[in-house]
Amino acid sequence: MENIIELKNINKSYDGVREVCSNINLEIKKGEFVTLLGPSGCGKSTTLRMIAGFEQPTSGEILLNGESILDLPPNLRPINTVFQRYALFPHLNIYDNIAFGLKLKKLDKNTIKEKVERVLRIVDLEGMEKRPVSTLSGGQQQRIAIARAIVNEPKILLLDEPLGALDLKMRQEMQLELKDMHERLGITFIYVTHDQEEAITMSDKIVVMADGKIQQIGTAEDIYNEPKNVFVADFIGDSNIFNGVMSGKMKVNFLDADFECLDDYPIHSDADVVVRPEDVVVVNDGSGQITGKVDSCIFKGIHYETTVIMGKNEIVLKSTKESKVGDMVNLYIDPDGIHVIPAPKNMNHFEGVITKYHTLNFAGGEITYDVTKLFKGSTHDGKHLFGADGERIHLTDMPITVEIPVEALDMSDDLDESSINGEIISLIYVGDHYRYKVRTENGSDFTIVDEDLWNEFDKVSVLIDSDKINVSVGEKN
Amino acid sequence: MVLPLLVIIYYAFTNAEGEVTIDNFKAFFTSGNTIGTLIYSFVIAFAVTAVCLLIAYPVSYALAVSKAKYRAVLLMLFIIPMWVNFTLRITAVKEILTFVEGSLAFHPFLNTVIGMCYDFLPFMILPIYTSLEKIDVSLVEAAYDLGATGRETFIKVILPLSVPGIISGMTMVFLPSMTNYVVLDMLYNSTYIMGSLIGSYFSAYDWHNGSMISMVLFAIIVVISMITSRFGESDSDERGALL
Repeated sequence: MENIIELKNINKSYDGVREVCSNINLEIKKGEFVTLLGPSGCGKSTTLRMIAGFEQPTSGEILLNGESILDLPPNLRPINTVFQRYALFPHLNIYDNIAFGLKLKKLDKNTIKEKVERVLRIVDLEGMEKRPVSTLSGGQQQRIAIARAIVNEPKILLLDEPLGALDLKMRQEMQLELKDMHERLGITFIYVTHDQEEAITMSDKIVVMADGKIQQIGTAEDIYNEPKNVFVADFIGDSNIFNGVMSGKMKVNFLDADFECLDDYPIHSDADVVVRPEDVVVVNDGSGQITGKVDSCIFKGIHYETTVIMGKNEIVLKSTKESKVGDMVNLYIDPDGIHVIPAPKNMNHFEGVITKYHTLNFAGGEITYDVTKLFKGSTHDGKHLFGADGERIHLTDMPITVEIPVEALDMSDDLDESSINGEIISLIYVGDHYRYKVRTENGSDFTIVDEDLWNEFDKVSVLIDSDKINVSVGEKN
Repeated sequence: MVLPLLVIIYYAFTNAEGEVTIDNFKAFFTSGNTIGTLIYSFVIAFAVTAVCLLIAYPVSYALAVSKAKYRAVLLMLFIIPMWVNFTLRITAVKEILTFVEGSLAFHPFLNTVIGMCYDFLPFMILPIYTSLEKIDVSLVEAAYDLGATGRETFIKVILPLSVPGIISGMTMVFLPSMTNYVVLDMLYNSTYIMGSLIGSYFSAYDWHNGSMISMVLFAIIVVISMITSRFGESDSDERGALL
């Protein structure tokens, strides 16, 4: 089947610094139900708004049936949107709301009437034409919003978190109805949500987004079973994530034990290991790889959620059998249940310059550093740096590359403790600690590990132990 | 609150000897002079309201779509003159008009309308701006999305949704311009407006006729308010705050 819409290398930034969307490449086939899934601020709504035409990409191309639609204003695109809070016209009744688009097309009265009645039957609200929209419940308003969009017979229907304002029961009902409607109408649906369950229930294809980038594209099963990175693993479904290292051919070491796995990566390379709670099995015959103490066991309806502690790590498992708190249990993880994701060594790289006060300026802040380390045998008299040969070395504005291992980094909520301040943009629990991503005001990212739990969007100052960092002169190649 | 009103009602229905009568009203509606003043007041009020609306709508629209940074400044530009004493402002307008036209006597009607518009414009701008600003951006986007051009969006969505603001603004400009005589006095040197007619009766200590005219105006105001409130019924809650 051919692609109905293609997004090619789409970038979007509002102020030229922060990228809301970067390098979005997406192909959607005719008649597909595609969901853009991600936490708030991941760029999914912006992507949708670019397809609708309310936003223009900073660069890139949007093709509809192979032709660029970037020059078309929203009113000329054969695409309709169901808005987050419905956006029904409060001064018009139901009939006039639905007929809005048809009247603009100057269709004759009888055709309009027929079409409106037909979509009202589809959304199950026939006979309510004359009611003002303010008298409708949330669910009914939602249906009218959908009716108003599909009555125009768009090629693509965009839905921006359309069920967000409904209560759980209503939401589940509407999910099934939407899926049903999609099958009956044959229109391509592009759906935006932060609710993973919604995405899994409805979509043919899920596009997981975070931080303005597409993390993974695939069917619900693909994404659940083979997450491409720890973010996806953490976001879709429950998961245990551990720091691991490849310890042999198709062997990975984590939780101080060696496990067989199905992934083949170079020996000694670092990796993140993802284990789904349902893939951890309690065994009685001692055939398991790890042993730990049951910390808690909670009945969840169809299964027990058990937390087992081993050393400083904990692992969560789902089982239909109850375990007694305090008991030692032997756990087995099948190679198929272990997903190894290669993780580059947690090193932060920055480019910066030396200031005239001989401090290092990078990532939007400054730190002090012993600049004599930069040149072998050099000396510093408190004002100038002299090389081994006694010649003065001019440091001001000299470009540098700074490498900071995670061990050298710490965070503080006292923003005056460091001139490098930022905001926590993501966090992931990795076995016995949390891994944070802190974005500074100038858009640089730090990876920081900490045992304590911080919140997303916390403002922190980044503390750098300048003894542990590695600085080299010149820009990185 | 009601007591002074009762006094006015008492005076309106009595004559100098204290007898209850409706002669005051009879005299008003049979005198060409007073009826003429009433009609003339209407004409001025209509003109002022119309001109204010024509100026205020585009201004409010510009305000509502302007960037937040500039919006406060622009809004202040229209509100700050209101902090200056009303008579002083009119005196200033008088100076400007005299300078531009040479003498006020050349365009008395035009001068009056200009003076009143200057005075009442903020009362038209504020409610319209408020109602425009309240319009959910997604409604405008929805209109575009459904195929409306910019003009169609304005006519079919933005304008109807700002009607409550327009009505508040019109009421707030129309009623005071019916009765305001300071402007007329200073820019026209005439007593051809209801307010000044009342004033002239009172300054001549004819409280009975003065009160009678006040009652007539009061009745007119009640009628107009009733008509406009019916118009804006769908959005009566926000109008309540403005009136």
